[in-house]
Amino acid sequence: MKPASFAHHAPLTLEEALALLARHGEEARVLAGGQSLVPTMAFRMARPAVLVDINRIAALDHVTVEGSVLRIGALARHARFETPAVAGPLGALLARVAHHIAHPPLRLRGTFCGSLAHADPASEWCATALALEARMVLARADGLREVAAEDWFQGVFSTAMAPGEMLREVVLPLPAPAWRGGFAEFARRAGDFALAMAVVGLRLEGGVVRGARIALGGIGGQPVLAREAMALLESQPPSPALLEEAAATAARHCDPQEDLHAPAEYRRELVAVMVKRALRQAVSA
Amino acid sequence: MNWVGRRLPRSEDPPLLRGEGRYVPDIAIGARVVRFLRSPVASGRITALRPPAEMPPGCLFVTGADLAEVQPIKPGLRRFNYRAVEQPVLPIERVHFVGQAIAAIVAPGAALAEDLLEACELDIAAEDPVIGFDAALAPDAALVHPIAPGNVAVEGELRPEAFAETLASAAHMVEFAFRSGRQSAMPLEGRGGVAEYDRATGRIRLSASAQMPHQLRTGIAQLLGMPEADLQVIAPDVGGGFGQKMALFPEYPVLVWLARKHRGRFAWVEDRNENLIASAHSRDQRHVLRAGFDAEGRLLALEADILADVGAFSVFPTTCAVEPLMALAEYPGPYKVPAYAVRTRGVLTHTCPMAPYRGVSRPVITFGIERVMDRAAAALGLAPDEIRRRNLHDVFPARSATGMVLDEASYIQALDEAVHILDIPAFRARQAAARAQGRYLGLGLSVFNERTGYGTPAFAARSMDVVPGYEVVDIAMLPSGEVEARIGSSPHGQGLRTTLSQIIADRLGLDPGHIRIIHGDTDRTPYGWGSFASRSLVIGGGACQVAADKLADKLRRGAARLLQCEPSDVTLRDGNAVAGAASMPIAELARLAHQRSELLSDAIGFNLAETGQYDPGGTFSNACHAAIVEVEAETGHVRVERYLVVEDAGRIINPMIADGQVQGGVAQGIANALFEEVIYAPDGTPLTGTLADYTPPTCAEIPEIEIHHLETISDATITGAKGLGEGGSIGAPAAIANAISDALSPFGVDVAEFPATPPRIRALVRGRAPRA
Ligand SMILES: Cc1cc2nc3c(=O)[nH]c(=O)nc-3n(C[C@H](O)[C@H](O)[C@H](O)COP(=O)(O)OP(=O)(O)OC[C@H]3O[C@@H](n4cnc5c(N)ncnc54)[C@H](O)[C@@H]3O)c2cc1C
Repeated sequence: MKPASFAHHAPLTLEEALALLARHGEEARVLAGGQSLVPTMAFRMARPAVLVDINRIAALDHVTVEGSVLRIGALARHARFETPAVAGPLGALLARVAHHIAHPPLRLRGTFCGSLAHADPASEWCATALALEARMVLARADGLREVAAEDWFQGVFSTAMAPGEMLREVVLPLPAPAWRGGFAEFARRAGDFALAMAVVGLRLEGGVVRGARIALGGIGGQPVLAREAMALLESQPPSPALLEEAAATAARHCDPQEDLHAPAEYRRELVAVMVKRALRQAVSA
Repeated sequence: MNWVGRRLPRSEDPPLLRGEGRYVPDIAIGARVVRFLRSPVASGRITALRPPAEMPPGCLFVTGADLAEVQPIKPGLRRFNYRAVEQPVLPIERVHFVGQAIAAIVAPGAALAEDLLEACELDIAAEDPVIGFDAALAPDAALVHPIAPGNVAVEGELRPEAFAETLASAAHMVEFAFRSGRQSAMPLEGRGGVAEYDRATGRIRLSASAQMPHQLRTGIAQLLGMPEADLQVIAPDVGGGFGQKMALFPEYPVLVWLARKHRGRFAWVEDRNENLIASAHSRDQRHVLRAGFDAEGRLLALEADILADVGAFSVFPTTCAVEPLMALAEYPGPYKVPAYAVRTRGVLTHTCPMAPYRGVSRPVITFGIERVMDRAAAALGLAPDEIRRRNLHDVFPARSATGMVLDEASYIQALDEAVHILDIPAFRARQAAARAQGRYLGLGLSVFNERTGYGTPAFAARSMDVVPGYEVVDIAMLPSGEVEARIGSSPHGQGLRTTLSQIIADRLGLDPGHIRIIHGDTDRTPYGWGSFASRSLVIGGGACQVAADKLADKLRRGAARLLQCEPSDVTLRDGNAVAGAASMPIAELARLAHQRSELLSDAIGFNLAETGQYDPGGTFSNACHAAIVEVEAETGHVRVERYLVVEDAGRIINPMIADGQVQGGVAQGIANALFEEVIYAPDGTPLTGTLADYTPPTCAEIPEIEIHHLETISDATITGAKGLGEGGSIGAPAAIANAISDALSPFGVDVAEFPATPPRIRALVRGRAPRA
């Protein structure tokens, strides 16, 4: 009985949920897996007056390939990705990432979209969404809009979502056949939020790297692209020396923050190691 | 049939595994809910303290002003250099640490209590707090308590004549300055209590998650000035304590006061944040060692300068001297130290008070001396095991540098056994091959002894006002033949019901299933001390043996009367009293003793009850721990690859339970070495108030722990058993630190700070190239 008092609604349809969000505006919060929201309510750091619990809306519980995209509904739990949700390197990357999110009981509850909505700087799915050029599909009572990952994150725990809106699904473009991914993170204990992570996607075409994307997470603020390192890799053969240099470049240009668990300088070192590992994984896949 | 020595499953476990244990929160159901308003400020004067503007019916607000009649907590030590710092149960004028309870809110339900807590009005004129040794010991430092000049609450010093000359004459000198991070004992169940007024008798029953129910009762009765007879304290199922729950925390007298004054039932169950910031901490120490060795690696002289941060108050009954004075007394450990000089200080700061935690200071001093051994070995070109062999006591009884008697033990044998199991040459080859690939493996040893099972003489030597030590056991056989043993010890996870029943079963020729151990209830058990200091199996078990032997005597006398033989002809076995060809069931004897007493009362009187008492001088168990780790130089990550314990705790009553004690202790020791640290901001705000920031390891970080037992039976205890509750946590930090240091030796660095977190390890190796 730690949270401040609140009203709890558990609608059965998306329309009802959106109507509730429209009616209560800033007072309302969506309750998905509850794995971030409930702890913050227990500390009374979050005190929403109204919870719109979406767990009974069956239509939101999907992970499906449609044409050239993977659609991830608002009720798709982390655990859904532990075995590949889609064939090929994308499914493999998502599975690798999923195993680093918290612990099994949490993964059965927490949702992919909830992670994006919550926008923890150390969320694996947030960095993944940025690396994979995800698009967020926002629904509100009177319409829909899409936001690209690069415009989604707006600082610690803050996104482009407006009051009255809900993140209905996240859309990931299916990558080209020559695409491969890589992921590495460093956490003190199994399941902890990472002190630094790197998610990498690139194409190997004719022995050179094309279209590399490197997203860094866990370093503070919000996930960021390591643009200088991405540029460095373009059209180059992925020699070990080049990967090292790209990793060092990513570390040099990022802006890691200090907290209780890691001084900024240490985080920067971790960024170099994680980028190097993620790149090696990608090119050797 | 011998029950001692068997891996008997714990009789405690089935209900716990079914979720049918009875913990304080189970008992709290239906009680009025108490929450404490806690100081957000480390040091300051309370300028306003008012209840919420609206107090719904059934709600109460209690402050120090309401408790004017209640005495402050004032733990005593009869030493000239001890400052008897007092702690008001609820402060009226000043606060001394963030988390200190200032007022209590009572409400019919938990949600309302939380709301009211937020609505209390509290203003504190904050002052600059004293945080950390340097601030506390600065010449112009503010005083945490005016009665403690220089912020030193307790001080001790030993310096034999001509010590400086002895040290100066040594061929090799090792200096080692190090720091041990502040730790929380982290019992899975936090603190909590339910106090209930009994209208029929006017008595109060306090159920509390406590390790020392009798002391809690005595202490609270004194503070409240109430008849001790009117207070019953029960320690029901307790989800771990590790020393933290020895203390008389201010919250408990408030509960009892509420129950008496308002004639009701009041419950407080703390949350994890309260446990992490406001229960008790430990191990916040800084030491400087200077050790002189001769050319053959023999330790000639050891000098230690010890600082222990004791927080803002002194806990009852152990006092704030428990860490600094134990470090002073036991630094030489299992080693021959011809000359020992030491200065130790307990330093007051505006932080949560220090209480004993599994191992007390010994994880820290073992880290110190074991690192010194490795440093000396490296300087002298000796193997780490060899330098230890040259310095360990090997003739018993030995006398330590501080005058303690070291009973028969296996210091060198345990080391040899560990070295043999480890196959060190094979490891060195693997280590060299790994280094060639830029991977850093290391092996660390830690040899120590553990003073356990010490009774009143040892505690009296500490000059405590309250001198723990003995245990009393009341044993009785019921008419049905079952046995009840009422013990003063108070287990909270150690499996004492099982092990004590094994001891008693053997003495009485009964099955352990016929023996009930009754504990944790001051109405139903003799006055005793509880479970701490690796004492309950040794002292409580010894008292059980004494009591059971007296009962066995009585049974033999009774059986002799009925079987018409001499008592010395009777043996008790397999549930029968046997004399040659004649025999009778012990249960039948028990029935006759009670219900046909005319047949045997002139031999045994009218009951089958006896009392056993035991108060041993103490015994040292010992162990050699070894860790193999891999350190990732580029991230500072440490993986514990292998962990070995060769333990000698004398006679092992139940090897499964003994192994469990070692495993749990090692896990907490690894936590100490690598993971856990309570951190304060310079303004005195605790930064580690949740389990996201205070980071105990999980099963993923703790390796399998291999355990081997040696059984040296000394005559120091009547059961032959020595204590082993703390050894795991004593030995592990040093083994891990030495293993990391061995791994990083190509970089020319070693570990001098706990926990050795990845950023700290990176800071050690950063900018250094490994030597080939
Ligand atoms: C011990 C522990 C360890 C953890 N470790 C990790 C980790 O290593 N990595 C990691 O990434 N996460 C970790 N988490 C967080 C976890 O992954 C959460 O599940 C996740 O961040 C949020 O998902 P959720 O479905 O639980 O969201 P909720 O907690 O239900 O909601 C979180 C926030 O998002 C909003 N929200 C949720 N869904 C939607 C939606 N569809 N539309 C609009 N708003 C929405 C809510 O209103 C709320 O503000 C950990 C959590 C815990 C308790």
